[in-house]
Amino acid sequence: MPLTGSLSPAPRQPGPLVRRHALWTRATHWSWALCIAFLVPSGLQIFNAHPVLYWGQESGFGYDNAVLRIMAVETPAGLRGRTEILGHGFDTTGLLGLSGPAERPQSRGFPAWSTLPSYRDLGTGRVIHFFFAWLLAATLALWFLGSLLNGHLRRDILPRPRDLRALPADIASHARLRFHRAAEYGALQKLSYGAVLGIVLPVIVLTGLTMSPTMNAAWPWLLDLFGGRQSARTLHFVAAFLLLAFLAVHLLMVLLAGPLNELRAMITGWYRTDPPAPAAMKGRDHDR
Amino acid sequence: MTAERDLSRRRLLGLGAAGLSSLTLSGCGRLDFLADEGAARNLMARANGLTYRIQRALAGNALAPEYAETEIRQGQRPNGSRDPDSPAYLALKAKGFADYRLVVDGLVQRPRAFSLAELHNMPSRTQITRHDCVEGWSCIAKWTGTPLSHLLDQVQVLPAARFVVFHCFDDLGNTRSGPALYYESCDMIDARHPQTIAAYGLNGRALPVANGAPLRIRVERALGYKQAKYVHRIELVDSFARLWGGKGGYWEDRGYDWFAGI
Repeated sequence: MPLTGSLSPAPRQPGPLVRRHALWTRATHWSWALCIAFLVPSGLQIFNAHPVLYWGQESGFGYDNAVLRIMAVETPAGLRGRTEILGHGFDTTGLLGLSGPAERPQSRGFPAWSTLPSYRDLGTGRVIHFFFAWLLAATLALWFLGSLLNGHLRRDILPRPRDLRALPADIASHARLRFHRAAEYGALQKLSYGAVLGIVLPVIVLTGLTMSPTMNAAWPWLLDLFGGRQSARTLHFVAAFLLLAFLAVHLLMVLLAGPLNELRAMITGWYRTDPPAPAAMKGRDHDR
Repeated sequence: MTAERDLSRRRLLGLGAAGLSSLTLSGCGRLDFLADEGAARNLMARANGLTYRIQRALAGNALAPEYAETEIRQGQRPNGSRDPDSPAYLALKAKGFADYRLVVDGLVQRPRAFSLAELHNMPSRTQITRHDCVEGWSCIAKWTGTPLSHLLDQVQVLPAARFVVFHCFDDLGNTRSGPALYYESCDMIDARHPQTIAAYGLNGRALPVANGAPLRIRVERALGYKQAKYVHRIELVDSFARLWGGKGGYWEDRGYDWFAGI
């Protein structure tokens, strides 16, 4: 026994179990997860109906105001998928413009596996998208209301001066994949959750509304805010991809920080924190 | 230390791949059943009714944005039918639509038929608006026509009328499926909206065939498929039940939402 003990690292004392997420936070979190899982593929279905993004009020057909264009082009090597972003062209065969089985590739913006339905069905894509758009907007409104009332917004989301001071150290420890499992959110967590909930999601909802001709009549300021309907469509797409980028990093962090503990916290609210500071400091010294 | 770092890197890559693949929830068409007419689709489609009520409440009778002449930078992009080939339409087109009549009937006191000359002599409205296709693109153009409310006043709409239906010349069917004439509809709020016109002019000239000659509808707060082209009859109804698929429009019968305000 003593021998084994000296070879393997000393068993770490588990830190205290704390109540980390309020019911309100957990319910809205899973509602968003559901919404995004349906909104992204149905949104790509809608995008595929006209896989070009423009800047301004209208789409240039007699002139060029496109910022992104996904298409299939005939080349000496056969049909190829091509994507043009701000005038720079890329061969994206297999993913964008031309995808599907090699024997009968389809010319379509995003590939079948990324859209809902998988085949072209704009009507159903819109039905799915607007149902979950309502759910997303309602969840966002409830989250803001609840987080204002229970102090989540002020306590956990809005960064304080000391969070900003702690930011460089937090970035450094994330880069080295060292996570501090504390009851409170770290500086990067506050900033990223704040940016997603306070900027990206509201921009997604508002740019979505700006594409509505009836909302343009009701709230014409939306067009001024985003520089036109086609600009709003482009920003909607950009914001959706920022959200996807956040989601990829978010899932990665959950997996690296301990998926079971993180999942338990977001389902039951209870989170196992790291052992108290002195032990953690000691462990870190050993690593060096 | 090196071993630990390698492990972390490998873990990072592996977990990253797992995380990304979980994003493709819709992959391989496992959720395609949502497109089938059934409980799931019907439940989701009820959100369109919510959109209709909320948008009507928010917009009231507000006008769609209008643009300056300088913002007309291109011709109006035609979409859908561009050159109907039904015999009745070809016969009218051959004579420059001199024999064209717009019938306005249904739940009205006095059904009427108007020639193009009569329509031209009625009060007109010209507006530079943005056409928003359901596919996602937009195009700004100047439309001139008779306000629909003026036409409705001529025939004296009965109180039972709830919707206005626009019947069109263009047939999108084929020999196998049989005829499928385009039609559209709107509620009385859009029908009486000041910007809703029966348009005979586009960008200062007679409406071209590709854009719906001799007459098309502009319902400026709705998407492009509501802007019926090649209209020959306006019918006041209390329900869509006896019209084609019963959903109030050619595309509505094929799964599109009726209001089309977003």
